[in-house]
Amino acid sequence: MTSEIDRLSYDVVVIGAGGSGLRAAIEARLNGKKTAIISKSLFGKAHTVMAEGGCAAAMGNVNPKDNWQVHFRDTMRGGKFLNNWRMAELHAKEAPDRVWELEALGAVFDRTKDGKISQRNFGGHEYPRLAHVGDRTGLEMIRSLQQKVVALQQADAVELGDPEAMIKVYAETTITELILDGPEGAQRIAGAFGYFRDTGRFVLFEAPAVVLATGGIGKTYKVTSNSWEYTGDGHALALRAGAKLLNMEFVQLHPTGMVWPPSVRGLLVTESVRGDGGVLRNSEGKRFMFDYVPDVFRPQYAETEEEADRWYDDQANNRRPPELLPRDEVARSINAEVKAGRGSPHGGVFLDVSTRLPAEEILRKLPSMHHQFKELADVDITKEPMEVGPTCHYVMGGVEVDPDTGAASVPGLFAVGEVSGGMHGSNRLGGNSLSDLLVFGRRSGLGAAEYVSALEARPAVSEAALTEAAAVALEPLERAEGESPYAIHSELQTIMNDLVGLIRRESEMKTALVELDKLRTRAAQVSAAGGRAYNPGWHLALDLRNMLVVAECVAQAALERQESRGGHTRDDYPAMSPEWRKVNLICSAAAEGTVSLKRQPIIPMRTELLELFDISELKKYMTDEELTGLSGYSASAAAEETPSEASEAPARKAGE
Amino acid sequence: MGYKAALRVWRGDAGAGELADYQVEVNEGEVVLDVLHRLQATQASDLAIRWNCKAGKCGSCSMEINGRPRLACMTRMSVFSPEETLTITPMRTFPVIRDLVTDVSFNYAKAREIPSFTPDPSVKPGEFRMQQIDVNRPQEFRKCIECFLCQNTCHVIRDHTENEQAFAGPRFLMRVAELEMHPADTADRREIAQDDFGLGLCNITKCCSDVCPEHIKITDNALIPMKERVVGRKYDPLVWLGDKITRRAHKDTPKVPGKK
Repeated sequence: MTSEIDRLSYDVVVIGAGGSGLRAAIEARLNGKKTAIISKSLFGKAHTVMAEGGCAAAMGNVNPKDNWQVHFRDTMRGGKFLNNWRMAELHAKEAPDRVWELEALGAVFDRTKDGKISQRNFGGHEYPRLAHVGDRTGLEMIRSLQQKVVALQQADAVELGDPEAMIKVYAETTITELILDGPEGAQRIAGAFGYFRDTGRFVLFEAPAVVLATGGIGKTYKVTSNSWEYTGDGHALALRAGAKLLNMEFVQLHPTGMVWPPSVRGLLVTESVRGDGGVLRNSEGKRFMFDYVPDVFRPQYAETEEEADRWYDDQANNRRPPELLPRDEVARSINAEVKAGRGSPHGGVFLDVSTRLPAEEILRKLPSMHHQFKELADVDITKEPMEVGPTCHYVMGGVEVDPDTGAASVPGLFAVGEVSGGMHGSNRLGGNSLSDLLVFGRRSGLGAAEYVSALEARPAVSEAALTEAAAVALEPLERAEGESPYAIHSELQTIMNDLVGLIRRESEMKTALVELDKLRTRAAQVSAAGGRAYNPGWHLALDLRNMLVVAECVAQAALERQESRGGHTRDDYPAMSPEWRKVNLICSAAAEGTVSLKRQPIIPMRTELLELFDISELKKYMTDEELTGLSGYSASAAAEETPSEASEAPARKAGE
Repeated sequence: MGYKAALRVWRGDAGAGELADYQVEVNEGEVVLDVLHRLQATQASDLAIRWNCKAGKCGSCSMEINGRPRLACMTRMSVFSPEETLTITPMRTFPVIRDLVTDVSFNYAKAREIPSFTPDPSVKPGEFRMQQIDVNRPQEFRKCIECFLCQNTCHVIRDHTENEQAFAGPRFLMRVAELEMHPADTADRREIAQDDFGLGLCNITKCCSDVCPEHIKITDNALIPMKERVVGRKYDPLVWLGDKITRRAHKDTPKVPGKK
């Protein structure tokens, strides 16, 4: 068997060729490491191209009052203070440098009048902060990084005579297993095993360091903005290698996905529509978001349409429109309106920019949205409103990593971008993903390079591990009789959508876990017809295993967390609890493809970071015990605040 | 609106293949890719299709539908009549891997030949200042999703494999134009556009622009202006005379990677 496996040797193997993977690979290569980039798709097609709105970085080009402290505060608020604060700090501090660096690589951002990088408004960001290129910022980012990889290869061709001597892209290649070396309990990364999609040939990448940059898990849900690649591969590979997943219950439903026609249900409608002036209305024509501003955000959001409309031109003297609340709030509000019978004809609400901006400006600022609605739904967004509703968009949960280096708990394993956890807490702000990819892409690439440099001996791959990995991968092809992977995938998506979706209940999640258990048994018996060359049925059969274990993590963690926070809303526990804020939920692999869950206390935030917030704001999230000793804190102040908070609590409930 | 559509889909590999007939259900609002996915899920689980975002943003699902190069995800079934038989074939210019998936590595090889972005090294990151009006044109070209439909359509290579060495194709000539028009780029790619990337082979039939799903005006805004710039550089009598005297290439013309 092993004779049919191509063996390749690298210092660093990056799995995933989106923004974070490419940035990590570039950094590893710049640090002298021989680097492989593995991509499930062609080079330059990764999911990053779908990011529309922009990349958040407190450059202060549009509003000079912006700085990293403000960005940090917004990020923590957006994540409801469950974020790994060190990641949020590094992210806010380093994002501007990473954006400027991208420009130096050739990215062509939209400009301000004085020729700097323009920045746009977005949900949850206090100032205009998103560097952007119309509504196709992700494409610009991936193309710029792709072209940097090419530039490095051109330099290597001159210096070493081979463009692929130091950095090579393996397109349409899937990794199915990480290979470990060492005694039980002290294992470290030794390589990655997978197959080339075009031929089905197996390949082993021998490498002491692997960076997971595989993105998210959206394909476990039916209504999603994610592409086929988003099958939770990195999450599952990390689990099986012995690493831990953090807070998997937090799944972001983007408030505005297309709802019609059915074939494009879930397709993303960028938040820039709202950032640039678009408003949400129900079937009665009402701007309903004013009814859903939760207590914790009330001081920052307008109470009348007049004030909200003035804000676009005068942000110093007016508060933000409630359409620009963080995504979790807007998604729940839309859901509540539809449930109350005030939805649009196809079960969403109306998002209107046609009555808010001149047609010419819409075409300039939102060209892809215009194109998308015109071509796929026969809707001209310069003339009529769009119909939109929540769609599964992003998973905040992911591999638990060291904030500074991206290192997971298994030596040699790193994770970055959507597959990593912690940075975004319970809810990610729009625009913070692209910046996350760049900031932690660089850090994890560096982390991996330094890990390799410090190694005394390279790990070895055992023949037994290889034989086992190859046998597992071949099973679906060798089974003559068995269910179709497509059918199981469809059932999985329905279970997750209906039972572990936007609004969750204990009874439904328990049902989901029972159903997932049955599905896992059936998935182990699927059969893929055909041969090994470019066979999507076989590929899906292998991806199913990953999706099922990830779905199990989401469902278990969601059942465990008895509160509502960010991307996790419990019908039976509608309030946010300061006690639960102190808890991270950690998933690890257990026997036979199952998952075990445990609670882990969070690390308290550094005092100087805590002091960036008003004490009255912290009190809405934290227990008195956590705040004792902070300047400005007194027990009497706590007593003063408590009644008003209690009286405002129902407003939050109305939004559920 | 549900009906059964008649599909003839090319099945096979580099060795051999043929059109296979299928009847597949079609629902309201669907695109060709939806119908191919249903075919895959219900009748042909190993049908090879390359796709990714299903939103016209990644440029993966390029194929030929009734002979026209298109993205399957952006081609609505409603543009065909229910009685019509849809013939779906892989892009013809590139070698077939399997079924509707082709080997597009030609394009990645060409991408590597274009000298990369060359900013003035004294401008540090964060110091770039450019006006919107000056970046509008490169931004139009950077809308390109690299679906390679223009490369597939251009007759210079579609019907003449012998030109593959000499011709970079519309996508990469547009990349040359993009860098040439980038306000912060300092290299001069006019000579190599003609000599190394075959701009002269383009006879502006605009087929590339016709099939571009991003509606980029490749010919009008990239290739023709590039031809004009080349004329100014290569065929200007004074420049020509200067070249004759010094007998060397201009300093600011970068070397083409991979060429001796």
